[in-house]
Amino acid sequence: MSGIMDYINAFWVGGLICALVQILLDRTKLMPGRVMVLLVCTGAVLSALGIYQPFADFAGAGASVPLLGFGHLLFKGMREAIDENGVIGLFMGGFTACAAGVSAALIFSYLASWIFRPKMKE
Amino acid sequence: MNAVSQKQKRKQKAYSDYVKQITPTHSLPLNMLRAFVTGGGICVLGQLILGVARGRGLDTDTAGTWCSVILIFLSVLLTGLNIYPKIGQFGGAGGLVPITGFANSVAASAIEFRAEGQVFGIGCKIFTIAGPVILYGILSSWILGIIYYILKLTGVM
Repeated sequence: MSGIMDYINAFWVGGLICALVQILLDRTKLMPGRVMVLLVCTGAVLSALGIYQPFADFAGAGASVPLLGFGHLLFKGMREAIDENGVIGLFMGGFTACAAGVSAALIFSYLASWIFRPKMKE
Repeated sequence: MNAVSQKQKRKQKAYSDYVKQITPTHSLPLNMLRAFVTGGGICVLGQLILGVARGRGLDTDTAGTWCSVILIFLSVLLTGLNIYPKIGQFGGAGGLVPITGFANSVAASAIEFRAEGQVFGIGCKIFTIAGPVILYGILSSWILGIIYYILKLTGVM
């Protein structure tokens, strides 16, 4: 079970990442899609440098829920696959790691397209 | 000729004044605060799911996977109900940065482009945001993986 500190750390770390990205959005006019790509790639780099894992151990969901954590997950999967399978692991690890998240997003979104009608933008 | 350009200049000035007037002026600190609260709140929800999953005896990785899948489900549901866009409007980056923001963009394009057909509508457009994220995520981790492999071979790591 998580203690109260785990929730506090998840809140302020996750919130801080979002607040910092808000600066990027407001100051640079970067499109949301580009920001997401940037976050995932940055997460993978931080993971490879060995920075993200200790950070994730500290912040829990505050580190894993932001898209930086998605990049971390990708590289972690890549490293495990390389350790296990060698070179061919380079072509296995990424998709293995993100399988659940990507499958969930695609399948639920497809089902949603049958259930919900497009809304007028307000 | 001169009169025409004068008129045009006046028109341009009126237009740029108008643009300035209707462009919403946002205060950065306020936006950051909103992003902080919204993003932090979503992460606390994630931590709650992690806590329940761990309490049921799941290991860290499986609990994390459950956490992502449940958050994605909730985000897609709220997108369909037109609630997530409001969260995004309020929270800015706070609605965009978490995995729920990714799921929201995937669901929004699927719902919006269903009318254009199963293959070239949903099939293509569902990847409008998911495509770039997956491509560059896989590519960057592949490149980093090569570096890791070389370092491992040479005994550095």
